[in-house]
Amino acid sequence: MNWRSVAPWIFALLVIGSGLTLFATSNGGWLKEVPARDRDRSNPYAEQSDAIAAGRRIFVDHCAHCHGDDANGRKKHPSLRSARVQEEATVGDLHWLLVNGNRGQGMPSWVKLGDPQIWQVISYVRSLH
Amino acid sequence: MYRNGFWNVSVRMKLAVLLLLAVVVPAYYKAYSQEYPYFVTYSQEMEEPGNLDFESFNVVGNPNGGNSFLGSDIEFEYGLKAWWTTEFYLDGQATQNDSAIFTGFRWENRFRPLPREHWINPVFYVEFEDTSADKTLREVVGHDGNPDFLVPNWLARQDKEREIELKLILGSNVRGWNISENFIAEKNLAGDPWEFGYALGASRPLRLLASAHECAFCLEKFQVGAEMYGGLGDTDGFGTHLTSQYLGPTVNWASPKGMTVGFSPQFGLNSYSIPVLFRFSVSYEIQGFLDHFRRGAK
Repeated sequence: MNWRSVAPWIFALLVIGSGLTLFATSNGGWLKEVPARDRDRSNPYAEQSDAIAAGRRIFVDHCAHCHGDDANGRKKHPSLRSARVQEEATVGDLHWLLVNGNRGQGMPSWVKLGDPQIWQVISYVRSLH
Repeated sequence: MYRNGFWNVSVRMKLAVLLLLAVVVPAYYKAYSQEYPYFVTYSQEMEEPGNLDFESFNVVGNPNGGNSFLGSDIEFEYGLKAWWTTEFYLDGQATQNDSAIFTGFRWENRFRPLPREHWINPVFYVEFEDTSADKTLREVVGHDGNPDFLVPNWLARQDKEREIELKLILGSNVRGWNISENFIAEKNLAGDPWEFGYALGASRPLRLLASAHECAFCLEKFQVGAEMYGGLGDTDGFGTHLTSQYLGPTVNWASPKGMTVGFSPQFGLNSYSIPVLFRFSVSYEIQGFLDHFRRGAK
């Protein structure tokens, strides 16, 4: 086996290994990671009834399986009615979490929904307060 | 029209099974799918942990000087972790005036190394495949092209392809658009040179805001875009000489019951390519798949 045939394998292993190592070092405490400019963002659809209704539909489709139909949490997945979500975190913090996820803790990124739908979900979650 | 092979009993049986699954699966499981409309290009998105995506991808083509064919695969994509998705494929094909055959299996794993979203998000992809006479065209590498589709199935089946495929997937989400780029390296374990290819895709929902009320044909249920892919030669000759290249629009529709249906006509850009490919897909995402078994049947 010559160098040309081995090199891509070594490269792939190094890249995957370094990626997994980097990932393994990440952990919770996501609120502390939110940059100030993201934390201060405001929800363009806050308290709009249509946005809340649409946000509920998105929540039922994508979030309820883990966080519960009533958003009270399920198994290891946290309640979205907690003080942490409803008071401690700003809507900007929640937006940042939905965009970035918290993969080490099992929370995927929902960036594929797009900004408008993410804000609609946040409108619904905040309406639970 | 299709007297031998292409529309024979096994193909009809397979379509009947797919139809049955299309009816039965959504009746028993919560099934929601929101996917990009790509057939060849991988985006940076991973399957959500615990979810199973059941998909069928199909391609119909008519190579120059050859027989029409239907290439088909059934995929089971499972989210092991938020950063690790695994997928198993069963492949088959039917060729007019020839035969309908099972062509093999593939097993892939995708790893997302960076925990946060960035301007460009990398995903590493590793796949092992054991196929022969494959016509699914899920990727185009090396000097794959129209001549490969002129070989009769009995002869093509003798060429076993046990291959490792590596992909670097790069994806970005910008103002509602998803832009994805794949760089592909494939190696036949029998000792052929490394073959290279690429795939590019861009797509966007027709509307970014969700409707307040349930609706089947709201604009946000449709994703439209374009895909381009092709071979880049091999270690003995990198480049686009004697490679096939394809480009086409693509669209999918997410039904309220959770079924996503996709379609794309794709056009060969040079004489080495098959002139036109018609691709179509059906998929379901079943949330918390293993939970259904833990609780008993729903």
